[in-house]
Amino acid sequence: MAKQTSKENRHLNRFYYTVDHAVEKPFNWKQMWRLLTYLKPYSKTYLPGAIIAMFISTVVRLVVPILIGKVVFDIVIANEDMTMLTYMVICIAILYLLSYIGNVFRIKWVNILGQNVIYDLRQHLFSHIQRLSHRFFDSRSGGSIIVRIMNDTNSLQELFTNGIINLLMDTVTLIGIVVILLVLSPKLALAIMVILPIMFYISTKLRRNIRRSWQDVRIQQSRLNSHLNESIQGIRITQSFSQEKENEEYFDGVNTDNFKSWQIAEKKSAMFGPFVEMSNALGTIILISYGAYLILLGETNGGIAIGTFVSFGFYVGMFWEPISRLGQMYNQLLMAMSASERIFEFLDEQPNVVDKIDGADLTDMKGHIEFDHVEFSYDEERTALHDISLDIKAGETIALVGHTGSGKSTIANLISRFYDPTKGAVKIDGYDLRDVRLNSLRRGISVVLQDTFIFSGNIMENIRFGRPDATNGEVIEAAKVVGADDFIQRLANGYETEVEERGNILSAGERQLLSFARSLLADPKILILDEATASIDTETEVKIQAALQRLLKGRTAIIIAHRLSTIRESDNIFVLENGKILESGSHDELMQQHGAYFELVKSQFQMLDAM
Amino acid sequence: MNIFKKLKRFYWPYKKYFFTSLFFLFFVVAITIVYPIVLQLTIDEVVLQERYSLIPYIAAGFFFIMLIKGVSSFFHQYMGDLFGITVVYKLREALYKKLQALSFKYFDNARTGDLMSRKTTDVEGFRNFISFGISDLIEITLLILLSLGVMFYYSTPLALITMAAMPFLAVVVYQFDKRVHPAFRGIRKSFGRLNTRVQENISGMNTVKSLSKEDFEVGRFSDSNDNYRQNYLFTANIWSKYMPVMEFIGNACVVLLLAYGGYLVINNDLSLGALVAFFSLVWYIMGPLMSLGFVINMFSQAKASGERLLEILEAREDVTEKEGAIDTPIKGHVTFKHVWLTYTEDDDKALKDITFDAPPGKIIGLSGPTGSGKTSITQLIPRFYEPEKGEVLVDGRPVDEYKLKTLRKHIGFVLQESFLFSTTIRENIRYGNPEIPEERIIDAAKRAQAHDFIMEMPNGYDTMLGERGMGLSGGQKQRIAIARAICINPSILVLDDATSAVDMETEFKIQQALKEVMKGRTTFIIAHRISSLKHADEILVLEDGEIVERGTHEELAHHNGPYERIYNIQYQDREQIMDTAT
Repeated sequence: MAKQTSKENRHLNRFYYTVDHAVEKPFNWKQMWRLLTYLKPYSKTYLPGAIIAMFISTVVRLVVPILIGKVVFDIVIANEDMTMLTYMVICIAILYLLSYIGNVFRIKWVNILGQNVIYDLRQHLFSHIQRLSHRFFDSRSGGSIIVRIMNDTNSLQELFTNGIINLLMDTVTLIGIVVILLVLSPKLALAIMVILPIMFYISTKLRRNIRRSWQDVRIQQSRLNSHLNESIQGIRITQSFSQEKENEEYFDGVNTDNFKSWQIAEKKSAMFGPFVEMSNALGTIILISYGAYLILLGETNGGIAIGTFVSFGFYVGMFWEPISRLGQMYNQLLMAMSASERIFEFLDEQPNVVDKIDGADLTDMKGHIEFDHVEFSYDEERTALHDISLDIKAGETIALVGHTGSGKSTIANLISRFYDPTKGAVKIDGYDLRDVRLNSLRRGISVVLQDTFIFSGNIMENIRFGRPDATNGEVIEAAKVVGADDFIQRLANGYETEVEERGNILSAGERQLLSFARSLLADPKILILDEATASIDTETEVKIQAALQRLLKGRTAIIIAHRLSTIRESDNIFVLENGKILESGSHDELMQQHGAYFELVKSQFQMLDAM
Repeated sequence: MNIFKKLKRFYWPYKKYFFTSLFFLFFVVAITIVYPIVLQLTIDEVVLQERYSLIPYIAAGFFFIMLIKGVSSFFHQYMGDLFGITVVYKLREALYKKLQALSFKYFDNARTGDLMSRKTTDVEGFRNFISFGISDLIEITLLILLSLGVMFYYSTPLALITMAAMPFLAVVVYQFDKRVHPAFRGIRKSFGRLNTRVQENISGMNTVKSLSKEDFEVGRFSDSNDNYRQNYLFTANIWSKYMPVMEFIGNACVVLLLAYGGYLVINNDLSLGALVAFFSLVWYIMGPLMSLGFVINMFSQAKASGERLLEILEAREDVTEKEGAIDTPIKGHVTFKHVWLTYTEDDDKALKDITFDAPPGKIIGLSGPTGSGKTSITQLIPRFYEPEKGEVLVDGRPVDEYKLKTLRKHIGFVLQESFLFSTTIRENIRYGNPEIPEERIIDAAKRAQAHDFIMEMPNGYDTMLGERGMGLSGGQKQRIAIARAICINPSILVLDDATSAVDMETEFKIQQALKEVMKGRTTFIIAHRISSLKHADEILVLEDGEIVERGTHEELAHHNGPYERIYNIQYQDREQIMDTAT
């Protein structure tokens, strides 16, 4: 039996899903202020408009009960005054009409305000992230970035849409009611206000307690969903290792945990309503007992009239709504604090690679690349490049050779200025890259990676990504030159065929041809091929080689590859090891030197024979 | 209704929760109606007649019924919720089991996102109706009927005024719901599009940056961002058009009641208390009427959700265990006899008349272009798919005579896409054999050339992988996947392009290690590189699902066929290269 339980526990630990960061944070004025600055563009238009509209409907809501209670009951009905009744009815009808208009504009403007603020914030965040450097993306998972752009901004939506306006409205309503009640009858008002602290307690503390339990539920839900997602994606692995039963045990554990915490949260939530009602009932009881006593006393002896009693009846019923919303607002603010903290953390992130505003323009790039004693490290412990000096003439094709981790890709990354060297300088056409406008630099460089990214859209758009202003004719021309036109024409809708990242319409080779066409369209002076043909089968590669030759013509090219046939044709080959250049020269020269390159080639062939 | 009947087993066993909840609902509604009556009594019987001695009784009575209401509404809500979440629990369990059991064929045509939304949104949609929908509908009906009853009891003309407002409100509510639900869907859709846009941008950041297309991307983003805003504002507009109208109709009703009721009170045809009661009662009718649209929408959503859930629950399991399937150790002798395979009916044949024999200890190489059927052959052995014609035998017995678990336990598969789970490296390696001792995990990792890089990681074998964990390179993932396959100590090992991302030197070492492990067992190797296939005992060269060539490397290398062609491409420059060196 003991063994049985230990086994079950083990299955409960077979997956780990780390659940998101803190859901709420203590209130922070500075941060709140920063958030509010996003309201500024609307401080003369929608913001005051929404506040005025809100004010109108709030005042109507506050005034009508007095009119009905005080005027109609005490004056009209008590004196049987029909004309006064008619006036009052017309007056109330007009007020309701006003409130109707106020409501229409309040809902409209409040939403425009909120949506614009969220739009601005999201736009700001997204544009900022686009400017950040590779180092930023190296250290974070894609998912965590997406969550901030989408979900964290969205969680501020309610705050900016209804939250701030409601805060004002509810404060006005609450103070209004209290003042009116105090004016109508201070004694009765004070007696009834006993329920206010109770209501505030329920609305903040109790609600918070309930919300915490819901947080548990959500955390478990998201763990459950992560597992569901993974179980679908990994189903082939699961079935081939026949782990269905074990996974079911794990899932059963997660599902049961979720059920239990959900049950607790529901139980607490179900208590909330009755508590509110009881405190309302308490108010009513005070009203009935003490109010009746005051009526008995008579107005002249410090008591109240029936109309006042009726008005009180209305107002007591109106207490809960604003208090409840204020409590909610308080909770919302705490959540907004944690969401905005995460958003601001990204906004405060500075790009490591800074664009010089007055930098030189490299529009007429020739493509002459120099590395002047370059040293580079990704982090402090690991130096990726040691004292690298290179000189690549415009129009030359060079190859970088070496084992994984020898620094080939790092050199390529420095040319595109995805990173800045720790020491020394990278120059193009004699300009230090740090003194050049980034845009003009990267417009002159194209990188083809091992796995090409396909954006959802059609083929035409995907190729045009290289140069958005290219005409259809130019796109097709580029596709023809690299030999992609054939397979595109064979697709169901030709260039209009819709493709997507994970779709399997295109094979690896076809994707690579698309990326060649993309690069050709961009017409770069410098072309970097980083293991561009590694994931392609042999026959396709032969076809691609021809396309490659056309692509390379008239450009400076940096080729990183394993395959000898690709490397051999280069004007110059650099052999790297542990971030240092061991030797360089043409293929023939290096082979005759019998150095590292020769050994590399020989050992590859020896291995082939040994296998 | 058929849908609810088919899903009955998920909720009917828990009907006691539902009926308990309903039982308490009656108290809640009845007591709600009592509130205005108490108000009326207080005004008419106590205040106006100055019988203040009744007040303590009224207060006590009121307190008492509110207490009952509090308790009732707690149980009403809690039992309803419990009903709902139990249904969710059971539904999820069934869906999970079902999805674990469905065959590869099902997943070939399914999208993760779609399945996910069924398992989350649709389960939730179904729960909403089960949990609140039905009882809300009952509550609304009861509340309206009882309120009208009390109204008629107090004053027929005033009740008629209220009733006259109902059709107006109903029309507005109907119009509102007709427009607002599609608009909500519009918001969700455009949020989805915005999300896709961001996701693509972040995943393709390297491409964006290297082509310097940040501004272009910001432009595309702001289109989607604006589209979301417009969709949202469109909905808000509908809201701002209809909500105030609904409220206004209610208020207009109050004004009419006040005018006519006031007239009646002055003429002594109505008591003052009754008029006051009317002001509460009128909202007990208007409020529920306004939310009726949402409840009805809940119902149609639950129907649609239920349908989508049934699609999963009733999906056919193509690969099922035969009755009397056996559980016996497998040595690994694989035989194909005239095997044909078609994935979907209209498609071309994926495999045509495949025949071969692979006794234990043999290495079979599979070569050919993408889509030629290499993977299909290997996936028939563990019965991921069923052949259309012909026989697949393991140890001389058709594969469907084995228990699925038995069969698969003995086949180590390294799939093309080396999927790893969000857990530690250790858990990933022992995924297929959770009981394996630590030494064997390390041994497997060493053979797969994974041990060294694992030890360089900050937490070694305890390093977390997955979305928030360490990112591994393609080659590292492949090596862990190989270690995972070694751990189950398989009689048949399938390496489907398993070392494509590993450099040649490492691949060589892995192959040396596997040779040792697979002594006396059967290995299938799928690869593009000739170097990976060279040492196979038999190489099958495939083209369009057919075996076009077979033999050893030595035989095929000079056979003047596709194998030689590839061999030449990969090796052509060899002599030349080596020549220049001398």
